[in-house]
Amino acid sequence: MSEIVFEHVTHRYDGDDVLVDVSLRLTERRIGVIGANGSGKSTLARLINGLVTPTAGRVLVDGLDVARHGREVRRRVGFVFTNPDNQIVMPTVREDVAFSLRRLRLDAADVAARVDRALDRFGLTELADRPAHRLSGGQKQLLALAAVLVAEPAIVVADEPTTLLDARNAQLVERHFAELDQQLVLVTHRLESVESFDRVLVVERGRIVADGAPADALGAYRSLIR
Amino acid sequence: MIGSYRPGTSPLHRLGAGAKLVGLAASVVVIALLPEWWMLLIALALVLLGFAVAAIPPRDAVAQLVPVLWILLIAAPLNALFSGWETALEMSLRVTACVALAALVTLTTRVSAILDAVRAGLRPLGRRVDAERVGIVLAMTIRAVPLMTEIVRAVLDARRARGVEGSLRAVAVPVVVRSLQTADAMGEALVARGFDD
Repeated sequence: MSEIVFEHVTHRYDGDDVLVDVSLRLTERRIGVIGANGSGKSTLARLINGLVTPTAGRVLVDGLDVARHGREVRRRVGFVFTNPDNQIVMPTVREDVAFSLRRLRLDAADVAARVDRALDRFGLTELADRPAHRLSGGQKQLLALAAVLVAEPAIVVADEPTTLLDARNAQLVERHFAELDQQLVLVTHRLESVESFDRVLVVERGRIVADGAPADALGAYRSLIR
Repeated sequence: MIGSYRPGTSPLHRLGAGAKLVGLAASVVVIALLPEWWMLLIALALVLLGFAVAAIPPRDAVAQLVPVLWILLIAAPLNALFSGWETALEMSLRVTACVALAALVTLTTRVSAILDAVRAGLRPLGRRVDAERVGIVLAMTIRAVPLMTEIVRAVLDARRARGVEGSLRAVAVPVVVRSLQTADAMGEALVARGFDD
């Protein structure tokens, strides 16, 4: 597994402390991040692949400082957003998955083989030539995940990927997340999603207020919101 | 162009995207210069023959032309009123033939192939033009159309639900704000997908 390290990380935005002096070492395969809206959990996720950089402290992914080696880090860390519509760039499903490989300069046969594998894995083969914007919400999120995984990242960070989905699609997407070989950092409001994870972090007002096994962390979170 | 590609194996599908784009540009110039309505009619017939060769279902072909037909419904009578029926007919045939030809190219060409062709076409310009970036801008422009449609639809629904249907500001402000938010989010997603230099 990869190693994600936060060293005394603080992030300020518009004069507010979004994260305050967070220090972590994440090496587990399944890591859940829970907390209220505005608690700082999405910022914590974005720091892992350098979408935001720390105001103070450092974030390291396999020893690489995300602020200085953003591009290398982003090759290792795939990011799935809450709203897949914002992540889709190309008009058709196949083209959007292939788009992730453009910067890798692979030959056409390799691209086609990798795209086919990714589409097959997420049950999107039949939809390959469909306009991406006409897919259902669940299909769009699977497309977003396929587009991330086709580039074969070592880590997948997902920021509330099921928030906009109905219960059935949320379950479908979560099942795919559960089957990932990659290290997963999942930010979510669905507490049941992280019950079987290796480690759960609870973020409250920019600080990690609980960190440990799911039973303990979820218990602490439930006490917090009571 | 917005996801209108129809898979197929016709000669038009197999023709390279670059050749099709060059052919489209040249044909549009020729159509623009044709002086007689019967010549334009022949040009339109040839384009329609292209649809048959590409085995495009008539429904898909008509769907591509409906928006321009709406425009012609207004423009042609006005043209006839001020310049005569022959000019109106020529204008209508000219516009329809050009739009139909462009639709034929997009129905038989993947956008990714068009982007590759644009990139290859810009390569001789070397470092002065970032061909990859131009390709991404083109892709994002195409992608923005259904996204903007979705935003406008959602804002119109919200306006109706709140009973302020007459207010132009109630549409313009949220559309602009949401468009900017979406642009921000898409920029972030592009960075996350490795397009960050």
